[in-house]
Amino acid sequence: MLRLPRFRYLRPKTAREAASMAAELGTRAMFVAGGTDLFPKLKRRQFEIDTLIGLDFQSREIHDGGAACVIDAGVTLSAASRDAHLNAMFPGYAQAAGLVSSPPLRNAGTIGGNLCVDTRCNYYDMTYEWRKAAGFCLKKDGDICLVAPSSPRCWAVSSSDTAPMAMALDGWVILAGPDGDRELPVAALYRDDGIEYMAKRPTEVVTGLRLTAAPNTRSAYVKLRRRGSIDFPIAGAAVAVALDGDTIAGCRIVLSGVASHPLEVPAADEFLKGKRADREILKEAADLAAKPAKPLDNADLSHFWRKRMVHVVVEQALEIATTSTRGSMVKLSQQ
Amino acid sequence: MKNETLRPVDRQVIALEVNGERTEMLLPVHKTLLEVLREDMGLTGTKHGCELGECGTCTVLVGGKPELSCLVLPIQVQGQAVTTVEGMAHGSQLHPLQQAFAELGAAQCGYCTPGILLAAKSLVETNPAPTRDEIREALAGNLCRCTGYSKILDAVSLAASRMG
Amino acid sequence: MKVVGKPLPKVDASAKVTGRAIYADDMLPPRTLHCRILRSPHPHARILSIDTSAARRIPGVLAVITGADLPVKFGILPVTQDERALEHEKVRYVGDPIAAVAATDEEIAAAACDAIAVEYDVLEPVMSIDAALREPKDERIQDYGGPNNIHKLVALEFGDVEGGFAHAETIREDVFFYQGNTHLPMEQHSAIATYLDGKVTLWSSTQVVHYVHRALSKVLELPMNRIRVIGAAHGGGFGGKTDPFAHEIIVCKLAMLTGRPVKCTLTREEVFYAHRGRHPVLMWVRTGVAKDGRITAMHFRTALDGGAYGSYGVASTFYTGALQTVTYDIPAYRFEGCRVFTNKPPCGPKRGHGTPQPRFALELHLEKIARDLGLDPVELKRRNFVQPNTRTVNWLRVTSCGLDECVDRVMQASGYATREKRIGHGMGFAVSTYLSGAGTAIYWNDMPHSEVQIKVDRGGVTAYCGAMDIGQGSDSVLATIVAEELGLQPADVRLVTADTDTTPIDLGSYSSRVTFMAGNAAVEAARKMRAMLVEATAAKMGCEASAVEVGDGRIGDFSFEEASVLAEARFGTLTSAGSYTPPRIAGPYKGSGVGPSPAYSYSACVVDLDADERTGLVSVNKIWIAHDVGRAINPLLVEGQVEGSVYMGLGEALMEEQTFRKGLHKWPSMLEYKSPTFLDMPEVQTFIVETVDPEGPYGAKEAGQGPLLPVPPALCSAVYDALGVWIDEIPVTPEKVLEALRRKSKGEPARYGPPMFPPIPYPPPIKVEPPPKDLDHASAAAI
Repeated sequence: MLRLPRFRYLRPKTAREAASMAAELGTRAMFVAGGTDLFPKLKRRQFEIDTLIGLDFQSREIHDGGAACVIDAGVTLSAASRDAHLNAMFPGYAQAAGLVSSPPLRNAGTIGGNLCVDTRCNYYDMTYEWRKAAGFCLKKDGDICLVAPSSPRCWAVSSSDTAPMAMALDGWVILAGPDGDRELPVAALYRDDGIEYMAKRPTEVVTGLRLTAAPNTRSAYVKLRRRGSIDFPIAGAAVAVALDGDTIAGCRIVLSGVASHPLEVPAADEFLKGKRADREILKEAADLAAKPAKPLDNADLSHFWRKRMVHVVVEQALEIATTSTRGSMVKLSQQ
Repeated sequence: MKNETLRPVDRQVIALEVNGERTEMLLPVHKTLLEVLREDMGLTGTKHGCELGECGTCTVLVGGKPELSCLVLPIQVQGQAVTTVEGMAHGSQLHPLQQAFAELGAAQCGYCTPGILLAAKSLVETNPAPTRDEIREALAGNLCRCTGYSKILDAVSLAASRMG
Repeated sequence: MKVVGKPLPKVDASAKVTGRAIYADDMLPPRTLHCRILRSPHPHARILSIDTSAARRIPGVLAVITGADLPVKFGILPVTQDERALEHEKVRYVGDPIAAVAATDEEIAAAACDAIAVEYDVLEPVMSIDAALREPKDERIQDYGGPNNIHKLVALEFGDVEGGFAHAETIREDVFFYQGNTHLPMEQHSAIATYLDGKVTLWSSTQVVHYVHRALSKVLELPMNRIRVIGAAHGGGFGGKTDPFAHEIIVCKLAMLTGRPVKCTLTREEVFYAHRGRHPVLMWVRTGVAKDGRITAMHFRTALDGGAYGSYGVASTFYTGALQTVTYDIPAYRFEGCRVFTNKPPCGPKRGHGTPQPRFALELHLEKIARDLGLDPVELKRRNFVQPNTRTVNWLRVTSCGLDECVDRVMQASGYATREKRIGHGMGFAVSTYLSGAGTAIYWNDMPHSEVQIKVDRGGVTAYCGAMDIGQGSDSVLATIVAEELGLQPADVRLVTADTDTTPIDLGSYSSRVTFMAGNAAVEAARKMRAMLVEATAAKMGCEASAVEVGDGRIGDFSFEEASVLAEARFGTLTSAGSYTPPRIAGPYKGSGVGPSPAYSYSACVVDLDADERTGLVSVNKIWIAHDVGRAINPLLVEGQVEGSVYMGLGEALMEEQTFRKGLHKWPSMLEYKSPTFLDMPEVQTFIVETVDPEGPYGAKEAGQGPLLPVPPALCSAVYDALGVWIDEIPVTPEKVLEALRRKSKGEPARYGPPMFPPIPYPPPIKVEPPPKDLDHASAAAI
């Protein structure tokens, strides 16, 4: 069977201590929370480290402060997806958490881990032996991008379901570093690069996610994947819409699975501002939102089709957020 | 990959509670719960199909909830009750889910069965009368290639109704 | 009947639901060494050198072997002995085994594999049927077959094909493609071997202990009586564990060298390389029909992408042409088949072996013909159904046939004829046929195909049979039959199966043969035992044997245990044996060995789905399936086989595909190879149709493969019903549906599928006179 490489397992008591350990060990060490993304990648030898810093100490509470709410990084995805407060105030976030992978993975995987989930590519998320046969790629052990060989950069895909939703909700991430805590907008946590996809310092531990409910704002997350479960998103839309009666007062749309970072689409957000939420308008907004999406041939199904489907997921997410109904929408997994 | 086996092995004494029995073992920390259950504890009822979290075969209960033992380290589950398929029956009396799976032919090759039984156990303990769709949702992380799932759905429903 | 026909639990159910069934990887005897295999990173290359010295120096490594240690070639078919357990001259696909290590830990074995240095002379890979038909740039993949990378060409003609076309009112040609896919058993292949006193014992997850036994004997150069093969509890096969495999031979060799138990469990990625799955097949079919829709002649061409080795390929090639005539009454038929070698993992038998692909083409082709003629496709198919107790034009013997009843059942239940017609909703229909066991053995011999022994001692009954239960329930069927004949319950019968030392032969769990063949052998053995018990009891009772009733655990006036004591006192050790040899019904031509079966099963299927014009996504709502199983010895198990077949057929139709990119398997993982989850499977309504076959045990026929076959064509037929576009290749992915819709909107043919069938240098067909159609008459003429 596939087995993990040898490593030491350190058990800090606090986030500060964990960060200090990371600072001391550098690239030899990685943090591990639920491990659902890390362990498969270690078994495939996508990371080479000799030490894991366990984040088992992290508390697992959802601190309900009315409109404001802090979700501890250690909260599991299944707990987040079922939480009554989150479902009432941030339904899109609860939906996104509930659509990650499969039930047993959501029981182990944490919301902090899902914010940090490694970018994916079907030339990269392969075993050591397969990558050796294919020729190693830029992201690990090699010097070219196999999906876009003439490109100087890595095009691995951001595949978190909850990150785009946290961004659409203007969430803030709470980080603990060796020298203290800080908060960053979730949007500032990512970079448009398949390798250096996170903007936080490698020593910083994500300890929580702060969500604040804006007035009259509704959210929704729609995920496209081949099957009803297990699969990562191959296109997803997270939307948060502030409504003033029938009129859209503000909107934030963030896409998953179509770029190396959760992709904001400000043109569509701007377009919707002040408009009535009718079908035609939503459709037009979806077309604008799909424009910057750039899926490549490194995930399931063809990238041409995935690009077309961005329109559909955005439209559906907008429709859910503005009407709170599913209506006669197409089932996105082939159920 | 190179020279991996030259690295030292970090061994720690780890206390596990599996199926109500407490044991302490000196284990390499990088050995997954799946490997420890099967190779160190002889609990080979827990099977494996990919070791990457993609098939659900190695599902066990940690604190009553299904998790994939191929992606869990024993050091991470110290102090939590682990349940494997060996811990389902009461003595020689099958658990109602096991009984229903046997009666309705829900196990063909039987290889995915332990994982599915445990996921179903967690479901019926939190939702005593699950609908067919709720069963599908709860078991959606467990692949089966033999049954087409029909008889499994029937068996979970039957067991739930008998337990309720 | 007391137990036959009852939905009883499987005899191994408790072992399986408690985790106590011991699969090969569950075994870990003391001092077990772990084996890992180094595999080729190149699709096509000559091996210049292999240096294992660094690997041997790693502490914990006890043995390293290469092809020089196991040079003898093997293969499942006698005509294609083209595999080596380890290849030291040339590699032919990414994943071809090169060297193997036995070490104290698996991680050490893996590290040692990585330390083996291999020098290659890399050759141009051949990755498609088209490329295989062309002259190779560097060299051919195999040194037999040809021209170019063609492995096998067959051409057969039955009856007056040209005349049939000349009399046709309409002639239609179509081209179809069925993508390759793999079995994906949940259990990864695993084998463990020991060596003691000059004898090798192997436990393996195999469907064919007997053929593994033979291959081991050949490659290890040991007599068969020095080798024992035992089938461990089996975690799923579907045809994927029907070849002898490299790792099975390797662990035996390593056990012989080290004197310790050696285990090898393939990783999931290696399971994709072991493969032997569904051949990708390109098909061309031309059919003539009369005004009333009756078929006058058919010409069927296939091109199979075989991968790098022979495996079952020659048989697979014949199977793509064999069973068309067993569903439809085709008076004149020409079949031309071709299998090519490519630098991919070898293809072989997957559930339905070689027949789902032509079934897909044939069903859709006939549906298109019906629409050309303005006929209801169901009606057109019905008019051409084969009739019971006939011989087909290619000499296949049809006995029981429940086609009409199967169709009636799914039509009534689904409401197909009165379905709602609206864009985006569709229903589709298809039928199919499959074998109840191959009528000929894989290697020519005169011996029975299955044998059963029964021992009775102090009331305890033990049945011995080489048959391997792969989860389909063959052990339960054996126990049920023995129990029925002896008046007991299945749980009263102990079973010893799939062990070449202790059980008489059964050829294996493939071609849906076990219920039929081992079942018939069990009936014979059990009736002989029953006769002894009855005779002894009658003597004691002072009555005629015919007056002794058997049932409910009693033989006449005595309990079963008392009767067994009486019989043992009278006859000595109580043993009996039965065997089954299929009738010799193959036709008088070369290649007639593929296709004959003692009986054929029949299925009919209706699929109801929604298909979305905007996204191309297909969502299946419900499937109705009726299956003529002859007699359901255990209806619960039959339903399970039917539902599992529908599941696998639906997976193939919608999402499963084995694809390659840059010479590599594109996604050898369970995440990216899409197998339907609980949420992707619709409700299935199953109807069991019983035609009581004259030769099957209690009338039983097969159930485990046939019901897969109609699902892909019924799904494509439903997509056409919903959107008016033909998807002439599977899987039906959303991008294919959208492309077909785009073509339709541009006024091009409303289809997605292969544009043409390539020119293939088929030889002139062997012309075969058809048999007399009447079965009795034809049987007498059989050779």
